Amino acid sequence: MTTTSSAEHTRRDFLFVATGAVAAVGAAAAVWPLISQMNPDASTIAAGAPIEVDLAPIAEGQDIKVFWRGKPIYIMNRTKKQVEEARAVPVSSLPDPQTDQARVKEGHDQWLVVIGICTHLGCIPIAHEGAYDGFFCPCHGSVYDTSGRIRQGPAPLNLPIPPYAFVSDTKIKIG
Amino acid sequence: MSGPSTYQPTNPALQWIEKRLPIIGLVHSSFVAYPTPRNLNYWWTFGGILSFMLGVQIVTGVILAMHYTPHVDMAFNSVESIVRDVNYGWLLRYLHSNGASMFFIAVYIHMLRGLYYGSYKAPREILWILGVIIYLLMMATGFMGYVLPWGQMSFWGATVITNLFSAIPYVGESIVTLLWGGYSVGNPTLNRFFSLHYLLPFVIAGVVVLHVWALHVAGQNNPAGVEPKTEKDTVPFTPYATIKDGFGMVCFMIFYAWFVFYIPNYLGDPDNYIPANPGVTPAHIVPEWYYLPFYAILRSIPSKLGGVIAMFSAIIVLAFLPWLDTAKTKSSKYRPLAKQFFWMFVVVAVLLGWLGGKPAEGIYIIAGRVLTFCYFAYFLIVLPILSRIETPRAVPNSIADDVLAKYGKKVASAIVALVLAGGLMAGGTQSAKAADEHGGPTPPSLSWSFAGPFGKFDRGALQRGYKVYKEVCSTCHSMSLIHFRNLADVGGPGFSAAQALAVASEIKVQDGPNDAGDMFERPGRLADPFPKPFPNENAARAANGGAYPPDLSLMAKARNYDRGFPQFVFDFFTQFQEKGPNYIDALLQGYVDPAPKDFALPPGAYYNKYFPGHAIKMPKPISDDQVTYDDGTPQKVENYAKDVSTFLMWTAEPHLEARKRIGLQVMVFLIIFAFLMYFTKKKVWANAH
Repeated sequence: MTTTSSAEHTRRDFLFVATGAVAAVGAAAAVWPLISQMNPDASTIAAGAPIEVDLAPIAEGQDIKVFWRGKPIYIMNRTKKQVEEARAVPVSSLPDPQTDQARVKEGHDQWLVVIGICTHLGCIPIAHEGAYDGFFCPCHGSVYDTSGRIRQGPAPLNLPIPPYAFVSDTKIKIG
Repeated sequence: MSGPSTYQPTNPALQWIEKRLPIIGLVHSSFVAYPTPRNLNYWWTFGGILSFMLGVQIVTGVILAMHYTPHVDMAFNSVESIVRDVNYGWLLRYLHSNGASMFFIAVYIHMLRGLYYGSYKAPREILWILGVIIYLLMMATGFMGYVLPWGQMSFWGATVITNLFSAIPYVGESIVTLLWGGYSVGNPTLNRFFSLHYLLPFVIAGVVVLHVWALHVAGQNNPAGVEPKTEKDTVPFTPYATIKDGFGMVCFMIFYAWFVFYIPNYLGDPDNYIPANPGVTPAHIVPEWYYLPFYAILRSIPSKLGGVIAMFSAIIVLAFLPWLDTAKTKSSKYRPLAKQFFWMFVVVAVLLGWLGGKPAEGIYIIAGRVLTFCYFAYFLIVLPILSRIETPRAVPNSIADDVLAKYGKKVASAIVALVLAGGLMAGGTQSAKAADEHGGPTPPSLSWSFAGPFGKFDRGALQRGYKVYKEVCSTCHSMSLIHFRNLADVGGPGFSAAQALAVASEIKVQDGPNDAGDMFERPGRLADPFPKPFPNENAARAANGGAYPPDLSLMAKARNYDRGFPQFVFDFFTQFQEKGPNYIDALLQGYVDPAPKDFALPPGAYYNKYFPGHAIKMPKPISDDQVTYDDGTPQKVENYAKDVSTFLMWTAEPHLEARKRIGLQVMVFLIIFAFLMYFTKKKVWANAH
């Protein structure tokens, strides 16, 4: 008697566990599309395709702001002085150590291309302002140098470099 | 929910919470310990199914609202971009649009169950009235939701329904203006309908809480209609009712998934795939199937105010049911006459639904009046009289006695009746939609590679169809919803991204302004839509003898023809969804020149066998050898027609392959799950018998 009832018990338990497990799998699978729909849709992804920017109209010492994937990108034609300033500072003294050479493309050393979003809380820094001749963020006072590196204030990191490449001497492709 | 709980959790943390907020006890007493009559049949699972459907509608609706734009210029395209571009957007949209129909199917079964078993009688009058309120709220919500896609039926449905209020004497016109927020249905109307469509489901949820509260105070009715007397008459809600409701719910989900994945547009109206046009009313305005019986009542009264009063009375009369039917015996099982009249009433309601989908002419008007009389007579004459003259059979002494007695044959016949009822209603809608195409032959049903549960597009046909579209159709017809990137989409014509880009860069797109403020031309990109042949509608009309060549993006879902009874019932089972491509294919080959002698062809028109009214403004668009096929397919009009129809089916339903593939997975899963639930339910209930 005892054996039968315990065998009965196991079989029933198995059925309950199996049903519960299948229900859990189903619920998890049903949640997937509900979450996935929040990701960028196909039109947003298509609109985020690489863009080309003509550098010819940007004179030395000037900068332009272009938008790629909704983000402002600063393209700055730096003066010799600005480049020298950026390269003169000892890297080890920086909050986020990085050489200027690592932040520009070789052979195009005067061109600085950075994403103009403060690494503190996402405000847009103003170009040609601040104590380091680079960028100054008006929100919380972060100061970036002529290489877009953080020098002073609450921001933890340098301005990020977007993926880009020189198509020709006067044209870059961002993305 | 029936008073203070005596439940005490054993876990100290839960005890701490319970002392301060007795929520666990509330849940325990309402959904665990709550005694349910042990003789409930599967008709009682529809309460749970309805709660589930409300949840599905709220979740999918909140998500759709994240992507939808309530503006007259953007609403239609935003719905299409949900379906085309948002991840699983097609699934969410079809779940929501078919979910509304499922909600109503379940609520009608739920209401008829209440009617049959006398669930509105003392002490459940308030429970029943709350149910009628929920039903009214559902109708309002469903109506406003149908307006949001801003297609032709949305617009004209909104116009017709809001105009109902103009029947009110003296203040009617002012009320309608107030509802519209303008002098016609327009952007303010769409905005407020969106707002209210978002609000009302939560109001419904609130009334559902009251409904469940009232239910748990009065206790559930049951098929025997005798109240539980001893503990033997009831079983605890969990696990018994929970598992039974769960099994019912999974079976209902299979039915639901059949619609969503295989026939998502079966219950919809093709006209709603045509953007709203305030200048042209569709030939037949038909509401969604769930309003059809009331629509028939509205039309059968030959007075504007009278019709509106009759329509609203048809719903309000339900609230008075507890006082119209005063018979002591609750369940119709023991009322031989009431049972027969109940089924007659079901037939009357179904026939009214069928009439609601028919044009209001000839015999249909007379039939509508007779059936409207029958509808009201059931409530106002039959039930009051029956309560006085009928001799009921003896009811069982207790629920336990009822369980011992055998019953069940009724269930099968009821299912058959309900399936027929649903079929008839759906058919009514379908025939009404196509009724304007009288006189023309039915387009032949071709065999399409994308038909059926395993359907896939024929890549070769899609590529050839694209070529035909590009070289022939696109000279007059736009295709604004398709972008070059779509050519490389999975489940599409199978272009590589590089090929699609090459196609895109062949065209010039106006862009700008540049730094100097000038517009300039650049090569097309993948993100660009297909170019338009004309800058605007007026230019298109001027170049085409006054006719506006319609946009072709959704053409394969926006055209329809009558399949007739009983074909549309079979269409549900065979998943027939190819009316659009059949029609397009037939139309392209349906030119007859010269036109039949007895047909007066207007100037500038051409005779086409399959075009509604036969006089089409489009000249025969294609002839043999007009487009060069590189793959050896014969360059015949019939191949051109079939390929371009295939291509248009893809542009109308770009995720068709994914839909059917995921549908198969969901179906297999649900069927396995249903079996498991069935055996689990049997195991659980084995103890109770």
